[in-house]
Amino acid sequence: MTREVVIDPITRLEGHGKIDIFLDATGNVEKAFFQVPELRGFEKFVVGRPAEDMPQITSRICGVCPTAHHMAATKALDDLYKVEPPSAAKKIRELVYSAFVVEDHALHFFFLGGPDFVVGPTAPKAQRNILGVLSKVGLEIGREVISVRKQLRDLISLAGGKVIHPVFGLPGGISKALTPQDQEQFIAGAERAVKFGLFCLEIFQDVVLKNKQYVETITSETYTHKTYYMGLVDDQNRVNFYDGQLRVVDPNGKEFLQFKVQDYLNHIAEHVEPWSYIKFCYLKDVGWKGFVDGPESGVYAVAPLARLNAAEGMATPKAQEAYKEFYKTLGGKPVHHTLANHWARLIELLYAAERMQELANDPEITSPNVRTIPTATPKEGIGVVEAPRGTLIHHYQTDERGIITKANLIVATQNNAARIAMSVDKAARGVIRGGKIDDGILNLVEIAFRAYDPCHGCATHALPGQMPLIVRVYDNHRNLVREIRRD
Amino acid sequence: MSEQWEPRIVAFFCTWCTYTAADLAGISRMTYAPNARIVRVMCSGRIDPQFVLKALADGADGVLIGGCHPGDCHYQAGNYKALRRYILLKRVLTEMGIEPERVRLEWISASEGDRVQKVMNEMAEQIRKLGPLQLERPSQPHRLLAKEFEVIAVRGGAR
Amino acid sequence: MSKPKVGFYWCASCGGCEEAVVDLAEDILKIVEAVEIAFWPVALDFKRADVEAMKDGELAACFVNGAIRTSEQEEMAELLRKKSKLLIAFGSCSHLGGVPGLANLWDRQAIFDYVYKEAPSVTNPEGVVPQERLQLGSNGYALTLPSFRDSVRTLDQTVEVDYYLPGCPPPVKLIANAVAAILEGKLPPKGTVLAPDKALCEECPRKPTKPDKLALTELKRPHQIQIDSQKCLLAQGLLCLGPATRSGCGAPCVSANMPCTGCLGPTSRVKDYGAKALSAIASLIDAEDEKEIARLMEQIVDPVGTFYRYSLPASLLHRRVKKSGGAQA
Ligand code: SF4
Ligand code: SF4
Ligand code: SF4
Ligand code: FES
Repeated sequence: MTREVVIDPITRLEGHGKIDIFLDATGNVEKAFFQVPELRGFEKFVVGRPAEDMPQITSRICGVCPTAHHMAATKALDDLYKVEPPSAAKKIRELVYSAFVVEDHALHFFFLGGPDFVVGPTAPKAQRNILGVLSKVGLEIGREVISVRKQLRDLISLAGGKVIHPVFGLPGGISKALTPQDQEQFIAGAERAVKFGLFCLEIFQDVVLKNKQYVETITSETYTHKTYYMGLVDDQNRVNFYDGQLRVVDPNGKEFLQFKVQDYLNHIAEHVEPWSYIKFCYLKDVGWKGFVDGPESGVYAVAPLARLNAAEGMATPKAQEAYKEFYKTLGGKPVHHTLANHWARLIELLYAAERMQELANDPEITSPNVRTIPTATPKEGIGVVEAPRGTLIHHYQTDERGIITKANLIVATQNNAARIAMSVDKAARGVIRGGKIDDGILNLVEIAFRAYDPCHGCATHALPGQMPLIVRVYDNHRNLVREIRRD
Repeated sequence: MSEQWEPRIVAFFCTWCTYTAADLAGISRMTYAPNARIVRVMCSGRIDPQFVLKALADGADGVLIGGCHPGDCHYQAGNYKALRRYILLKRVLTEMGIEPERVRLEWISASEGDRVQKVMNEMAEQIRKLGPLQLERPSQPHRLLAKEFEVIAVRGGAR
Repeated sequence: MSKPKVGFYWCASCGGCEEAVVDLAEDILKIVEAVEIAFWPVALDFKRADVEAMKDGELAACFVNGAIRTSEQEEMAELLRKKSKLLIAFGSCSHLGGVPGLANLWDRQAIFDYVYKEAPSVTNPEGVVPQERLQLGSNGYALTLPSFRDSVRTLDQTVEVDYYLPGCPPPVKLIANAVAAILEGKLPPKGTVLAPDKALCEECPRKPTKPDKLALTELKRPHQIQIDSQKCLLAQGLLCLGPATRSGCGAPCVSANMPCTGCLGPTSRVKDYGAKALSAIASLIDAEDEKEIARLMEQIVDPVGTFYRYSLPASLLHRRVKKSGGAQA
């Protein structure tokens, strides 16, 4: 006899995420299902559209990370037309992309995931929000966060046309060059971003790492999974958001694979379950063995922690320092603690800020030469970037006029879906014992998946962001005995 | 569909040529399929593609557009304008899952009453073959589809 | 005196409209001072039950973004309609159906088949497809997923709407103006789109370079040419939809040297944006020979996706009834 607990919906409101937990007769967890209940079908309805419209159409998958889709699509177009953008164009793309990573990671840390830690994982829910963060770190800091984000978002608009759904990406380059005045603004923004990045890490040190109880939670078994990790790396195996090869390390941290994104179909496959609209990615080389971890299972993770694990370092000096500190503190590579994602995210934020600074100061970015007109006949193109929430792949096939005939998207949260499902399952097992269920389960289960910053807007083309919860508890006769709700 | 179904056709005819031709056909007692409701417009160039969509949305199974022969348009190039819109509109309709044969454009001069007869009969036959056009209505169409629109169409396309 | 209560809600949304509200940044603080935000799930912890407990019309205004796809979204739209004096469709998706509305070119079945069976990365030999109701394995796990309508609909195809804020997402300036107008009670007649009722070309910085009579002899796609960063895009042969689109955004796309794709939708006299845009472009083609016209029109490679990029569900035709295949709504 099993009993059922439903946590529904996980995403922000009605119908965007759901967890069903089945208890056995003794009240322990028998099985938990992480469900994503929406699908919008972008892959289907982009068929028939001109390839060059993809950067703008696919950005509508998610208004929180439109720049990631825009950029993955634009890079897929480079590949489709086999065209190399001028160096200035590539630099400007990466510059804009770096600004985006900084502001998006900042959003997550302060508004979405951070409250769990800055305020505390077991703090009353009324305090676990941005206001709680502000009361802990001070109001001026809150103003600073808002103002830094605004500055960076304005910079993205300046180069990209709009910050929510940019328009500047074209095969072979970008639509508009930067002026020297634009460059000055980017330099100023970058400088501020670097300071901000250092400052965020300081907060993390003070508020989280100095608190023994938090550190224990982070490193506890309940929030640990030994899986493979994947991320983009440059030619020296350092983290890169914009370009490079995909590198996969095994659960012992050893390089398992390194491949060009054009080969992704040889290494990444998607598994379908009848109980969720999301598809579950796994490593083809290992195979789908179900929702289990370890080297025998093809389940892998992406996003900040995975990227750090999959790389051998950071390409900028301050971030590299932080990277070393991270592994020293957490006991060497790889780190398997899901909650370490929060720390990893801030290290990445600093890296992106430093990278932004390098690029902003590059004299080449004011070059007027930002377009190479494609001449090849299009057929197939694949592009990849590291979205803030993980590896994002766009793959298009077209007819000879460049009209999409087939599209395939592997989005960040899908890569993580299996591990998220496992994390939820494990967290549930960890906190539900002998049928005892209280409001605390909400916090603890929620924390398990929020560390990934899962974006169901991307994964299902539904909604990103903060997630409401409903827990439904069923006895072993399937009668509803309890409902806990947090919309 | 029930046997009683009869194709409903809306015909937008230019007053200078096709509409006159239809009159002529009437006077000459030429009989043709009675399925069309004729809307007189000043010139085929005045037929906004929205009129065509509106006619279909309001229950027409087909739309016929009649204008002066190339070179004969009273307003010089109105019929070319109509032709350009028509070609593009047909592609849009096809992609939206509507058979392009439901919309037809014909050049019929004032003297060609017999062509009106022929085209009307062909059109009715064509639509009969295609069957009724069933459009899904939004369950509660609160965007009240423009009474003023009706007026425009009946008045004959003047804006 | 108590402050007027305001709500924000999203249906099938990408989240961009929510971000746009957050992008009001400093302005939002002014708004917060003047109103009481009584419902905004993304930022504040109020529940549906709180809304249900409100008196009818208790919310002075409620802004709803995203299109309508599920039964839950229909229910929320109806609930918020009841509780709000003013219901405002916020953003293209809510206003006209938005980019995801292009899904109406297919039905649910076609989307499912592709996503779960045909996509190249899927390994699914048994043809498993997500089920709305499911009894899994011998352990008797009963699982459900929400069902989805076959079509995407606009907000006003679901409930009555008082005002519209156009754009994908709505420009920050228009949001601020709308809120100010509501607070001051200076609202135009019901049904108005809260943006200037002029074509985008009127506020476009390139307008001086737009010839009075355009006669296009060749149409171009943005990736095919080096785009002149000063000259009217339409005059360069690019399908800039400025002439058919409402102004109010400040033409940011044109400023980034890309054509307007029409996210603000039509001006007030136009009922069907796509048909209008199509007509506007067709009128500019300089050809009289049928073959030549056809050749030029072929250069518009995707008329539906171009002219109905943001407004397919709001098209006068709505959509064809499914003959087969698609599960019915
Ligand atoms: S209107 Fe645009 S920004 Fe708003 S939800 Fe729709 S796609 Fe996103
Ligand atoms: S057509 Fe486009 S570029 Fe030209 S004036 Fe209008 S909005 Fe500006
Ligand atoms: S220029 Fe056009 S597409 Fe761009 S924001 Fe304005 S209305 Fe929307
Ligand atoms: S006057 Fe008959 S088509 Fe123009």
